[in-house]
Amino acid sequence: MPDSTFLDSTELVLNMGPQHPSTHGVLRVILKLDGEKVMGTSCVIGYLHRGVEKIAENRTWAQFNPYVDRMDYVAAVSNGLGYCLAVEKLLGVEAPPRAQAVRVILTELNRIASHLVWLGTHALDIGAITPVFYCFREREEALNIFEKYCGARLTTHAFRIGGLLYETYDGFEREVKAFCKMFPPKVDEYEELLTNNRIWAGRLKNVGVLTADECKEYGVTGPVLRAAGVKWDLRKAQPYSGYEKYDFEIPTRENGDTYDRYIVRMREMRQAVRIIEQAVEGMPEGPIMGKVPKVIKPPVGEAYVSIEAPKGELGYYVVSDGSVQPYRVRVRPPSFVNLQALDRMVRGGLVADVVAVIGTLDIVLGEVDR
Amino acid sequence: MADEQKPEGSQQPPPAAKPAAPKPAAPAPKPPATMAATPWTSEMARDLKERFGERVKETSTYLGQNFIVTTPDGAIPVLEYLKLEADFDYLVDITAVDWPKRADRFDLVWVVYSFARNERVRIKTCIFDGFKPPTAVGAHLTANWLEREVFDMFGIEFDGHPDMRRILMPDEWSGHPLRKDYSILQQDQRWVQENLGIESGQ
Repeated sequence: MPDSTFLDSTELVLNMGPQHPSTHGVLRVILKLDGEKVMGTSCVIGYLHRGVEKIAENRTWAQFNPYVDRMDYVAAVSNGLGYCLAVEKLLGVEAPPRAQAVRVILTELNRIASHLVWLGTHALDIGAITPVFYCFREREEALNIFEKYCGARLTTHAFRIGGLLYETYDGFEREVKAFCKMFPPKVDEYEELLTNNRIWAGRLKNVGVLTADECKEYGVTGPVLRAAGVKWDLRKAQPYSGYEKYDFEIPTRENGDTYDRYIVRMREMRQAVRIIEQAVEGMPEGPIMGKVPKVIKPPVGEAYVSIEAPKGELGYYVVSDGSVQPYRVRVRPPSFVNLQALDRMVRGGLVADVVAVIGTLDIVLGEVDR
Repeated sequence: MADEQKPEGSQQPPPAAKPAAPKPAAPAPKPPATMAATPWTSEMARDLKERFGERVKETSTYLGQNFIVTTPDGAIPVLEYLKLEADFDYLVDITAVDWPKRADRFDLVWVVYSFARNERVRIKTCIFDGFKPPTAVGAHLTANWLEREVFDMFGIEFDGHPDMRRILMPDEWSGHPLRKDYSILQQDQRWVQENLGIESGQ
C-alpha cells in the first residue's frame, strides 16, 4: 500500500466500535481508508471473553451444559445440542427417538429465530427499518414455544446429556404446527419488502464477495459457504439426531455476495419449516431420556462432534480423563472463524459496505469471544 | 469399530458407575488411564506411513473417529500432504490440551475435513513447553486466528506465523489461562489495577 495517494492526502485510520450499533455487539474494527475506499482492516476482539473453556474444566460434565447457551445466545438451543451430542458420543449413549425428534423441532425453531434476528438487524444496518419489527414479531412466537417448553426464552438449556429433562407440554404439537402454518406467508412478506427492492439489491449485490475457494481457505461455513455455491450442510453430510429421516433441500447460490447470502438464509428458513413439519408429524412415542448414569463419567478418551448451527459448523472437541469433570472442552465457534474472512470481504470496497458485510456474516460476539 | 459397539450392549450402566472396569474387557487389559483406541487401517493410513515413515507414529481410531499421531516436525507436512494429495482442503480447528505432568506437556490438535470424501481426520502431536511448532498459515489461511488463540490460551508460539499476538486476552496480560496451572480465580492483578482502575484488583 502506498503511503500517499491522490493529491498527497494520507490514509485515514478510522476506529469503528467496540460501541457501535452495527457491529452487533462489542466488535472493534480498525479501518484504513483512502477516501471512501477500504484499504485494509484489523479486528480487535475479546471484549466479551469469559473463559468458557476454562469454566468447563472446573465444572462437572452436566454442570457445564447451561454455560454453552451463553456463547451464541441467539441460537442457544443449537449450542446445547452440540454439547450434548459430544458428551453422548464419549459416553456411547444415544438419545431415544422421541427426544431426537423434539430436539430437531426446537433446534430448527431456533434456526428460524436466529435467522430472524439476523434479517432484522441486517436490514436495519442497511437502512430498512420495517423488517426488524416484522421479524421480531415472528421470533416472539418461536420464543414463546421455548418458554412454554423449558421456562426460558433465550438461554434455554433445553436439552440434557442423554436426551431431554422435560416431556413436551400439552398443546406443544398443536402450537408448533400452528407456527409452521403461520410462518411461510410471513417469509413471503419479508421477501416482498426486500427481495426485489432496488435499494436493497443495490446495497447488497456484488458486495463482500467470497468465492468457494476463499471460503474453504478461511474455513468459512454455513450460509456464507452455501451462497458461494458449495452444497454442504452437516445435517446432510454427517447427519445427527435423526436428520437423515427428514426430506429437505440445501439452498445454494452462485455468486457468494451479500445478496446471495440473504437469499440462502431466506430459503433456509422455509426448509426449517419443512423439517419441523415432518418431525412433528412423525413424532414417536416413548422415553425421552437415554440410559445415562446419575454421575456422568465418560471413559478416558476424546471426540470431536460438530453440528450445523445457524451460523456454520459448531464443533466441540471434548477430552475426558475419566473423572466427573471435563479435562478439556474446546469449542470451534463458527462466528470466530467466519469473522476472520471480514478483511478479505471488505478490502477494496466502500466504508458503507463494511456495515453490510458485518451484518451478512451473522456473527454473535458472545460466540466469537466465548 | 470394536469400541463403537461396546457401549450399545447391556453393559451401559456399569461403565459410568465404574469407568475403569469395563474398558479393559474389550481390548487387552491395560492401565485404565489410556484411551482405548484401535489401529486405523486404510489406504490413506498406509500411504501416510509409507510416505512419512517415522514421522507418523500412529494411525488410530476411537469412537469411529480417525486420528494420526505424528512427531512435532511431522504435523505440518502431513497437513500439507492431506490438503494437496487427499483433498482435505478445510482446516476445521486447531487446539491444544495441557498435560502438565507429562514431559511433552502439550497435545497439539488439528482437525481437517475433506468435502470430496466427507471425512474428518485429526492430526495430533505432543510438544514440550517452549517448543515452537511451525505455523500452518502457509497451507490454510484460517490457521491465522486459530493459532493466535492457541498462543493466547496456552503460550505456544508458532514459528513463522505472520502476526503472533494475543487475540482474546488484552495484549499486556501475563499468563496463559488455559494452562492447567493457571487457577480459575487467577488474574493479572497489575493489569486490572492499571487499566480498570480497581484498587483491590477484584
